[in-house]
Amino acid sequence: MASILSAKNVTKRFGGLVAVNNVSVEIPEKSIYSVIGPNGAGKTTFFNCITGFYTPEEGEIIFQGHPIKGIPTDQITRRGISRTYQNIRLFSNMTAMENILVGEEPRLKSTWIGAIFNTPATRREEAEAAAEARRILRFVGLRGLGDQLAKNLPYGAQRRLEIARALASQPKLLLLDEPTAGMNPNETAEMTGFIRHIRDELGVTILLIEHDMRVVMGISDKISVLDYGSKIAEGAPREIRDNPKVIEAYLGTGAAGQVDPA
Amino acid sequence: MKTQTFDFKSVLKTSLLAGGILIYLALVGLLTAFLDRDIIYKTLSLSFALVLINNFVFGYIAAQHNSEHKWGTAIGIGVILGIVSTAMLSVLVLISEPLNMREMFVNASPTLVKALTFENENIVQGLLPLVLMGTASSVLGAVTFVLPPLWRKVLLAALIAVLAIGTLEELVSDVVTNIFKLFGNKRAAKPALKFFFGRKGWSVNGAIIMFVAAAVGSYLWNWRGSVVKEKIGALPKTAQRNLRIGTLIFLFAVAIFLPNILGGYLSEILVTVAIFTLMGFGLNIVVGFAGLLDLGYVAFFAIGAYTMGVLTSTQLSQTTELVSFGWNFWAALPIAVGMAVLWGILLGVPVLRMRGDYLAIVTLGFGEIIRVLALSNFLQPKIGGAQGILGIAKPTIPWFGGAIVLKSSLELYYLVVVAAALAAFVSWRLRDSRAGRSWMAMREDEDVAEAMGINLIKTKLLAFATGAGFSGLAGAIFAAKLTSIYPHSFNLLISINVLSLIIVGGVGSLPGVVVGGLVLVGLPELLREFSEFRMLIFGALLVTMMLVKPEGFWPAATQKRELHAGDEVEPTPTPEAA
Repeated sequence: MASILSAKNVTKRFGGLVAVNNVSVEIPEKSIYSVIGPNGAGKTTFFNCITGFYTPEEGEIIFQGHPIKGIPTDQITRRGISRTYQNIRLFSNMTAMENILVGEEPRLKSTWIGAIFNTPATRREEAEAAAEARRILRFVGLRGLGDQLAKNLPYGAQRRLEIARALASQPKLLLLDEPTAGMNPNETAEMTGFIRHIRDELGVTILLIEHDMRVVMGISDKISVLDYGSKIAEGAPREIRDNPKVIEAYLGTGAAGQVDPA
Repeated sequence: MKTQTFDFKSVLKTSLLAGGILIYLALVGLLTAFLDRDIIYKTLSLSFALVLINNFVFGYIAAQHNSEHKWGTAIGIGVILGIVSTAMLSVLVLISEPLNMREMFVNASPTLVKALTFENENIVQGLLPLVLMGTASSVLGAVTFVLPPLWRKVLLAALIAVLAIGTLEELVSDVVTNIFKLFGNKRAAKPALKFFFGRKGWSVNGAIIMFVAAAVGSYLWNWRGSVVKEKIGALPKTAQRNLRIGTLIFLFAVAIFLPNILGGYLSEILVTVAIFTLMGFGLNIVVGFAGLLDLGYVAFFAIGAYTMGVLTSTQLSQTTELVSFGWNFWAALPIAVGMAVLWGILLGVPVLRMRGDYLAIVTLGFGEIIRVLALSNFLQPKIGGAQGILGIAKPTIPWFGGAIVLKSSLELYYLVVVAAALAAFVSWRLRDSRAGRSWMAMREDEDVAEAMGINLIKTKLLAFATGAGFSGLAGAIFAAKLTSIYPHSFNLLISINVLSLIIVGGVGSLPGVVVGGLVLVGLPELLREFSEFRMLIFGALLVTMMLVKPEGFWPAATQKRELHAGDEVEPTPTPEAA
């Protein structure tokens, strides 16, 4: 399968700290690819390099055959990469609908002049955008909650709304940063099912960050493991589970072979 | 509302506070300054009304914390509070005679003693009515809190109506006369006014009738209002639209006749309010929608005014080396707005990466730079320096060969109101558009907004440019209104006033800008007759308001989009949704 995104030898430093060290990954199209690792392993920094929030010092990031390193964040989103955040970052004083409408931004073309004169083209685009937003609300299971302020939604709904907002730009690659953080086992299972559903229904490639191995084992096609900024393993879930290096990273030296981390 | 059990200490504390404020009012002179200023003619002076209002408000507050919604407790609280507070004031009266305090407190004077004892020879006896009425007022206040909400609202509305109209009786009389004049019957106003008003303030009959009328009106509004709203909601869509158009036409008609009704003085105030409201709409886009704290907003006002001045002044050569351009108002207007927009963008570019406090400081500096430049010798040959620019053209409207010059505030009113309405319209359309959503997203979280594909540079510059444009428009009209401008007219206070205006009205709310303008710019003008006490009263009102309603008088409403708007384009469910 062709790869939609490939990162080659990406390195990101903060002063003396090497947060991401020479990491390379190839993400196959329409797969669910997970990056795991203990807390502080550099997963979110790696994410931020892909979305353009940080520019890596070394290496190359190719998205659909084009290098995207150094391109501003909003341009990268327009090319088809969108993301969610580990600690939910919704527009909390806007309604759920408005959050999704902001997510649709890359696809909208109307101008402020059109808005002032309320031209037919603007009206049509706004009506279509609102219809699309309602469709996305239904898709993520938040029908009827569209007029609620984002901050008033329950936790699980906020997670879903963040995914809805990311989906609104019709991305080709969706980056999910610990989507099950703070959830109980039931909610986690529901969320992993939902992630698979997104891939299957919308054909979106998904890049997932997790530090909880159990979450990713079931749904990932391929997994990379980061530790101290470096990639220490890559492979199918089964291979990762049995990899002694991974077990060591998670449980400390000497733990390999004694405990089954999954 | 939180109610606690009866707590004597807390009631006593509130009582002492109430008494303290009474003494304060007496010592700053408020209780003697307005003895002749009757709210109800020969019955209630404004000064004594202040005592009653103070006790009413504190009675209400004490009941709120302690009465447990019981009548008996509330009355008890009112009695304690009334006696304690008026006793404190009485002590002041009693000691001010033997203990001459006038060295320090000018107002602890025989006039005060006379006023509070109702000119009774025997001071102790004379203080009795003060204690009784003060106590009655605090009991009334405490009991008001215990009343069911509907009756509480009705009572408060009636009291406020009587007090407010009584205080502004002169202006109200003028307005009533003007209304009669408008219907061609100026004479009929006289007997009506004579019945309702005394030489100053209400007549007793007038006050009673107003109290009842306001109570009935408030009752109908609060009790029947929701029913009427429901009924309107149940009407078919065409009828609702007709109703809305009808309301708009009515408001339009009112707006047209308003200067005639209000008369010269109030129209003048209204023009100032409208100019500030126009600026408020602009700053509301920058601060309210986009969340960019701009403290140098006066700069664009100055740029608009100076552009108008330089282009239209006929006396430019007296103060500067420039020969007069002598343009007319309408030709200069777009250039003035354009210059403001241009500078809005020029200022926007260097501060694109700044946020919050840093942005505020930089814009503050920009505002000062513009003022200092206007004042400088460097630009003196071009824009007149401290002498300013004189002889700025009044707007004219061509009319059958001749031209109408908009010179009085009555005529300028229309120009300003049209400009403000235009700004409101543009703000409204932009708020509900893609641009408005981008602004709000940026206000909520700039990083995430960018990650959603919003171009921060374009979005910020659009906000700065629109805001600056409105301010420039206001400045141009301001220059034409005064026909002369000076650098000191464009100080920091204007930026602060406009910012306060949108905060008082409700940040991000369009009706809030209008309400804020009326309260923050109009009210100090209305209170002008209270001379040195004006800012004291105004400040107290503002502090109270921000404590009671921190979200502003008319906070922005959340938009309902999923279930209310655009129902007609509801699509058929797609396979992925199934």
